[in-house]
Amino acid sequence: MIYVERHTRWQRFIHGLTALLMVLLMLSGLAFFHPALAFLSGLFGGGTWNRILHPWLGVLLTASFVLLFLRFVADNVWKSEDSQWLGRVGAVLGKRHAEEPPAGRYNAGEKLVFWAMTLWVVLLFISGIALWDAYFGSDFSMRTRRIAADVHAISAWLAILFLIMHVYAAIWVRGTMRSMTDGRVSAGWARKHHKKWFDELASKETK
Amino acid sequence: MASLQSLDIKARSATSFPTPDVRGGQAVEVAKLIDVGRCIGCKACQAACMEWNDLRDEIGTNEGSYQNPPDLSADSWTLMRFAEFEENGKLEWLIRKDGCMHCAEPGCLEACPAPGAIVQYANGIVDFISENCIGCGYCIKGCPFDIPRLSKVDGKAYKCSLCSDRAAVGLEPACAKACPTQAISFGTKPDMLELASFRVDELKGRGYKEAGIYDPPGVGGTHVMYVLQHADRPELYQGLPKDPKISPLVYLWKGLAKPIALATMGLAVLAGFFHYVTVGPDTIDDEDEKAAERDIGPKGRAAE
Repeated sequence: MIYVERHTRWQRFIHGLTALLMVLLMLSGLAFFHPALAFLSGLFGGGTWNRILHPWLGVLLTASFVLLFLRFVADNVWKSEDSQWLGRVGAVLGKRHAEEPPAGRYNAGEKLVFWAMTLWVVLLFISGIALWDAYFGSDFSMRTRRIAADVHAISAWLAILFLIMHVYAAIWVRGTMRSMTDGRVSAGWARKHHKKWFDELASKETK
Repeated sequence: MASLQSLDIKARSATSFPTPDVRGGQAVEVAKLIDVGRCIGCKACQAACMEWNDLRDEIGTNEGSYQNPPDLSADSWTLMRFAEFEENGKLEWLIRKDGCMHCAEPGCLEACPAPGAIVQYANGIVDFISENCIGCGYCIKGCPFDIPRLSKVDGKAYKCSLCSDRAAVGLEPACAKACPTQAISFGTKPDMLELASFRVDELKGRGYKEAGIYDPPGVGGTHVMYVLQHADRPELYQGLPKDPKISPLVYLWKGLAKPIALATMGLAVLAGFFHYVTVGPDTIDDEDEKAAERDIGPKGRAAE
């Protein structure tokens, strides 16, 4: 079997760091969000520790995400073929591969996650600053802080939905997960799921 | 303290289930009545509050007003707010004792994410239980009166407790005890409303046509009430809100968003699970690999 490189060591590292921070932020943030999930603060040393750590984790995530963004943005530019792919997402989910338009290095679903997460992270960072009472609370008007609370909660909710979708897609499409651990995927995987990217690789190989 | 009084707790922050008191207690609701027209601005209430609650704020600087300190803080739970008001060539000095209003529907408690950090007792007092407070400052955003303050020393939120410890043993709050002009009264809420309406009639007889009681219905009424000379314009008293209520932004955040977000997250996971067990995983078989090998050709194979 032939394997092709999909993600470099740096890409895997920055994606892994971002993912780790995202999960920690989701767990610590949900503890503030709903009483039934307040127990999650125990994972971080209790309510007060959770309140202290959550914003700092957010700062780290923002930094990590900026690096991830810079490394991945060139391959995530939206093209007309992506809109076509998204229009046939039903065929993708139903495994009717013949009806699936060929995708480039990243398909429209992956690009959607990339851009949506970029938007949520920006909104979460800005609103998070206005909610960080230990340092900035009184620098903003009460109305701004209340709007920030809504923006933070709604962006976090949508980010978690995208996270669930993203992780599920990686589990469901077999052979995907290794692209972010080993860095290489099988040529068959590349040909089946990212035909245009595969064709580029194949033409280079056969030259 | 909070746990010993659990039977007297009407509401508890970040707690999904009803408290024992919903079975219907017989506790009497208490109220503090602040008669603004009788206040002489002596600050005995501020001093008494400091003494009983063992609070010592930082010594500040004179800002050109008798109002001192300039604002409420984690160590100043009550504050005489001084306003000069001139109308028809007549100067009035409106002195309002500011502090927690002990709302029947407390915005702080609605917003608080820490279980049991804010409780409302059956007698109506809203109390911060410091040992459960995590210091996030959500109560500040929930409050329609801008009362709670975070301490820079221990990071927790503080405000007037209506001397819940004194009330529990049948004593009036320290501020009420110290007031030399009986501008602060304390008793059951019905008694305080009766006293207030008597005082309103008196003020009307003296020409204050718009005198009235401040017990705003937008927060379900309060357990700290005012008798105002100009009840039609509460904002004259250094920005007392005319129709305070919990902001819709807070309700969106702490009301609507919670069930919708949790349900959709749960549904997203379930959708994935059932997609997986019905459609099955999207796998690569030998034929896919062979086709790829054919496309790449012998050179690619050699580079393996």
